[in-house]
Amino acid sequence: MIQILLTEDQLSPSQCESFIADDAAGGHVIFIGTVRNNTSKKTVLYLDFEAYGSMAEKEMKKIAEQAASKFNVFHIVIHHRIGKLKIGEIPVIIGVSSAHRKAAFEACEYCIDTLKESVPIWKKEFFEDGEVWVAAHP
Amino acid sequence: MNIDILAFGIAKDLIGKRLTQMTLEQPVTIADLKKELIGLFPDFQKLSSFSIAVNEEYQNDDYFLQPNDEVAIIPPVSGG
Repeated sequence: MIQILLTEDQLSPSQCESFIADDAAGGHVIFIGTVRNNTSKKTVLYLDFEAYGSMAEKEMKKIAEQAASKFNVFHIVIHHRIGKLKIGEIPVIIGVSSAHRKAAFEACEYCIDTLKESVPIWKKEFFEDGEVWVAAHP
Repeated sequence: MNIDILAFGIAKDLIGKRLTQMTLEQPVTIADLKKELIGLFPDFQKLSSFSIAVNEEYQNDDYFLQPNDEVAIIPPVSGG
């Protein structure tokens, strides 16, 4: 089963883990993305995430479906938060369960790598002396 | 034809608003639209790249836009 969520509310790792639980699973892999306090040695104050919501949800679903067909897994959950996030808060959680650990690790990595390449979500970093859209310029 | 264009992230900052309308002569491809955008807002050229989504799907430069398509400018994404 697949669960996708795009929300302005706090994300919950335990809720994601409950969703992927399965008696036939030998393991859960959960990636939790967190807001880092620096980038290129500059202090980051906070991030602001914006999404093309309807398309972002579709793209996240596509990624989970691709991962489910590529790897031998039971359940995949992808939650992404938007809005203003403080240092240490969680913008993204990806959880995968499978019978054997390798498939879950691979599927989880595939999901986060592909999400970062194709899902229409943007983050702006705020510093003491300015702000920048991440990855916008070469 | 008139098309409504959604802009997100830095594209919204460059255009100055989230929803903008452009008048384009049919037939018009995504390549034509990109050229038009760069003409109006030269800073689009400074971006690492930008894509166009039509009706919530990425489309290539040779795609022909139709009236009532939902067109969105997708600058480099940075989720996660």
